[in-house]
Amino acid sequence: MIAVLALIAGVALGIWFHPTVPPELAPYLPIAVVAALDAVFGGVRAKLDGIFDDKQFVVSFISNVLVAALIVYLGDQLGVGTQLSTGVVVVLGVRIFGNVAAIRRHLFRA
Amino acid sequence: MTDKQEHEGDPEQGMPTAGRKPAPVENEADEVTQLLGGGRPAPAGTDPGESTRLLSSRPVPAASDPGEATRLLSSRPVPASDPGEATQLLSSRPVPAASDPGEATQLLGGGDDGPTVETSRRALLEPKTVDLDGPTRRLSMSSPDPVTAPGSADGTAPAVGAADPAAPVDSAPSEAVTPELVRKEEPPPNPPSKVGAGFLRLLGKRPASPAGLLILVLLALFGFTLVVQLRNNDGADGLASARQEDLVRILSDLEARDSRLQSEISALETSQRQLTSGVAGRQAALAEAEKRADELGLLAGTVAGRGPGLRIVINGVKASAILNTVQELRGAGGEVMQIAGAENKAVRIVASSYFVDAEGGGVIVDGQRLTGPYTMTVIGVPQVMQTALQIPGGVVASVNSGGGSVTLEQRTLVEVTAVRDATTLQYARPAS
Repeated sequence: MIAVLALIAGVALGIWFHPTVPPELAPYLPIAVVAALDAVFGGVRAKLDGIFDDKQFVVSFISNVLVAALIVYLGDQLGVGTQLSTGVVVVLGVRIFGNVAAIRRHLFRA
Repeated sequence: MTDKQEHEGDPEQGMPTAGRKPAPVENEADEVTQLLGGGRPAPAGTDPGESTRLLSSRPVPAASDPGEATRLLSSRPVPASDPGEATQLLSSRPVPAASDPGEATQLLGGGDDGPTVETSRRALLEPKTVDLDGPTRRLSMSSPDPVTAPGSADGTAPAVGAADPAAPVDSAPSEAVTPELVRKEEPPPNPPSKVGAGFLRLLGKRPASPAGLLILVLLALFGFTLVVQLRNNDGADGLASARQEDLVRILSDLEARDSRLQSEISALETSQRQLTSGVAGRQAALAEAEKRADELGLLAGTVAGRGPGLRIVINGVKASAILNTVQELRGAGGEVMQIAGAENKAVRIVASSYFVDAEGGGVIVDGQRLTGPYTMTVIGVPQVMQTALQIPGGVVASVNSGGGSVTLEQRTLVEVTAVRDATTLQYARPAS
């Protein structure tokens, strides 16, 4: 509940301040957001499974974001940034789908 | 899915939270510790062989100083963190308990002051005692470093010390979790256990741990970033945030499109030019044809005409004099003519016109009977025609000598309004 409030607070801050993304960070931000989304869904799923752990959530969240950004950065350096970011998005999308499916089974038993 | 694996991979990490959540266990834990303190002497009394070692390994302070033992009893909420590990230890290791039921029951039955508590919570006590048996047995078997246990003889430490020996064997509770739990559950010792449990439950829901706070911060950051990214992506067309190779690709796409459109433009311009020239040619041809048709119409008498010319009024003449006048005018360049009688009926004079003297005066021109004075209008060069008519022995002279009269009037603009119906040729066709 407090977590949802924190999320809403973050959204409100984003709307309120409306900052501009620095151009050097622009390619990594969407990937980081998708990775964080994956971590959040994983956390929700773990919570529903009853195996949620604070520390692990934090670690997985940060490492997800960092690894995703790192992969994209590496791809940019290698000249395959577009393809690699697409790959990252695909992989994270698959994970998100899996997590959401598990959450759905938990919530709706179907 | 790997998250699940991660979470399931080390259930020990998950267990503390799971163990922390049901706060009521604390009560039981108290009882257990009470039982631990109270039940400890019992095995000592019944089984001196093994239990003495057990005693020596664990309750050194209790044996050495009763006052410290009570302190240990009152501050037992610290080992209250153990139940999680204890039950886990129990669940993961039921074999030693089962393998040695005799001792367990003996330990249970041997507890002299234990039964008073035991009657109320037998179900919980049983595992606890068995669990107590488990670690202690292991302690006794695996040469429980007695150095640490007696060394930490200040009451609270023994609990941790008792949990620690299990750690190397089980590899379960990390050191990081245990101090955190200890720190977290230290506040409640002062209030009674039930109030402490409620407070604990409230505390358990509130994320007081740094990890929980970090989760909130991360979630807020996530929402913030999400909105920022959405806004950023929404505002511009995304070119500002595109990477260089994308920009290059977009640029080359645009250039290819540009060249394609340019070639299309040039093709369309060519086609437009052709069409325009076609239109111009057609218009020129049309204008030429119209001009020609007008000229032909003027010659054939089907079109009214205007231009510089002469106005001639002749009176008292016969048809032959009129015919002479017409031929003289044609010879002098007169192009379009008409003749009108006194009734102002005008007749167009063309190539096939004829003049016949009518009976009882007047002249019949192309079937129309006209009476004098006749007014002729002719378009041409006025001076030339007037000169042609006035030459000695010409029309004017002959008419005047014949008793008639001729009046010539040069005009810059005369109008020939009489027209003839177009004749349809029956036999003649253009040769070309």
